[in-house]
Amino acid sequence: MSAIVGSTRLRQEREWNIGWADVGPFLALLALLVIGFVINPDFLSATNLGNVITRSAFIAIIAVGATFVISSGGLDLSVGSMAAFITGITILFMNSMAPEWGLSAIPAGMVVAIVVGTACGLMNGLIVTVGKIEPFIATLGTMGIFRALITYMSDGGTIPIDRSLREAYRPVYFGTVGGVPLPILISIAVAAVASFALYKMKYGRKCAAVGANEDVARYSGISIIKTRTIAYAIQGACVAIAAICYVPRLGAATPTTGVLWELQVITAVVIGGTALRGGKGHVWGTVAGAVILELIANLMVLSDFVSEYLVAGVQGVIIIIAMLIQRFSK
Amino acid sequence: MFKSKLIAAAAIGTVLVASHAFAADKKVVAVSIPAADHGWTAGVVYHAQAAAKEINAAFPDVEVVVKTSPSATAQVSALEDLSAGRKLDALVILPYSSEELTTPVKAVKDAGTFITVVDRGLSDASIQDLYLAGDNIAVGRNTAKYMIDKLGGKGNLVVLRGIPTVIDDERIKGFNDAIQGTELKVLDIQYANWNSDEAFKLMQDYLAKYPQIDAVWANDDDMLLGVLEAVKESGRKDIKLALGGNGMKDIVKKVIDGDAMTPVETPYPPAMIKTAIYMTVANLIGQAPVRGTVKLDAPLITQENAQEYYFPDSPF
Repeated sequence: MSAIVGSTRLRQEREWNIGWADVGPFLALLALLVIGFVINPDFLSATNLGNVITRSAFIAIIAVGATFVISSGGLDLSVGSMAAFITGITILFMNSMAPEWGLSAIPAGMVVAIVVGTACGLMNGLIVTVGKIEPFIATLGTMGIFRALITYMSDGGTIPIDRSLREAYRPVYFGTVGGVPLPILISIAVAAVASFALYKMKYGRKCAAVGANEDVARYSGISIIKTRTIAYAIQGACVAIAAICYVPRLGAATPTTGVLWELQVITAVVIGGTALRGGKGHVWGTVAGAVILELIANLMVLSDFVSEYLVAGVQGVIIIIAMLIQRFSK
Repeated sequence: MFKSKLIAAAAIGTVLVASHAFAADKKVVAVSIPAADHGWTAGVVYHAQAAAKEINAAFPDVEVVVKTSPSATAQVSALEDLSAGRKLDALVILPYSSEELTTPVKAVKDAGTFITVVDRGLSDASIQDLYLAGDNIAVGRNTAKYMIDKLGGKGNLVVLRGIPTVIDDERIKGFNDAIQGTELKVLDIQYANWNSDEAFKLMQDYLAKYPQIDAVWANDDDMLLGVLEAVKESGRKDIKLALGGNGMKDIVKKVIDGDAMTPVETPYPPAMIKTAIYMTVANLIGQAPVRGTVKLDAPLITQENAQEYYFPDSPF
């Protein structure tokens, strides 16, 4: 009985959301661009848009991973701290290898980042699934652990990348291919792979099924533990990719790296049309959500409408309005 | 049997009394500071530990104990722990926040401990025997004076603020007061929360918004690092000066190297904790009276004197 109810609800929700939830974030993006142009024509300049979209790449890449976790019914609060931790480990590794390996320390460091990131995600996943601890609490715990580790590793100060590697690594954030900044290309690639995994592969359907209704998924023979754990591991790998792009931006990791990214990530996912309670994911919507967040911040600086004290408040209001419009236009 | 027990008890008693007497001979100076969670506090921890090590080695009858705390609540607990086991001869404290720490520090004071307060004052100034701080207004004022001088009294500025606190307000006030009456114009002022990432973004936005910026003031070196990256990436040549504050080693190094965009630095030195510990110990064992208020100035760090402010081993 409950199985039948569950599956009908699942289908209903699916049909309901086709259309607005898919298009909504992009319409919001378009509206922001128009408003931005009216406020300050410089807003649409290639440099400004390039900057904004490039720097939204970190949140976008991490949020793509979060789309898996959230659509499978989980939550990961540790991503900001994890990003700082991976950044620190990566820089320390590259610095220690630089004297011997020269510039090959950079690709080696990237591999280390991915391995460490996936391992961190796996750990989060196992605590949640095998340990059966609420995702909120489990990742709140690891959030503290990662933050403490980066503070410890840096003595509370800065871990700068070796000078000999700096220039060679810079293009990963500042470089362009065919005029498009590299971080943008990387986030598009990550989102493309993710949307293939989420929409075309069996795993993606399992993810949505587990998030929509655990019991139904279990009765259909889906391993909840495996599906969710993999989602967290994907999240970890995405954080690592973001960290790889992040390192060359300022060339250092500090205890304040990635502070509050987890909230931006969750906001981006939700603005993008993914329900926080799980069951469906919108990868491209998530990417649009990350860009929207960054655009709002950019617009607040470019306009002179509000006092510097109120900027954060206005950002909050815009996010809530965007969500309300999405909700009621469904 | 009974006799041997008595002897044993007496022996143990003697040892206890003796060791107690021995411990009492050592003057204990407790240092309570915030845990390192960003550059400046990391510098404070480094300098406090360095002072403890130096003093413990130099004066066998003084013991300096450093205790870091990650929050105001934790610092209150730390004070209780430090004063529970033994009598403290002196307490050097950099309070997390003024209101919350005032009563706990007063309790330590009431037990007869010499109190040195560093940087952030307590709500009741009568508790402290010695107060030592930097001059945040001078940080802003001296930076502004240098800018006025260097830019010939006119130009367009953008300013990055830290976190809304008294420290930030004072620096901004010192800066704004100093540029009053000049033709220096602050085009924009926004918060970047003493964070290099946010400063990087904010500076990119400033660069997009204003075609002509002559100078940037970041009020803190963590933010200045982000600013410098953004300027470098933009390739803009109009920015003549980008200044920070606090005395981060990377920035002091730039001054030593004669960097064109960052030729000076204004210190709000985390090493002030070391000054405070040394002064407190001087009072304890050197009979040097140190009661009062000490305000460290914020003189410009230039290429000539930069070596004095350069601590390559410090994390900050």
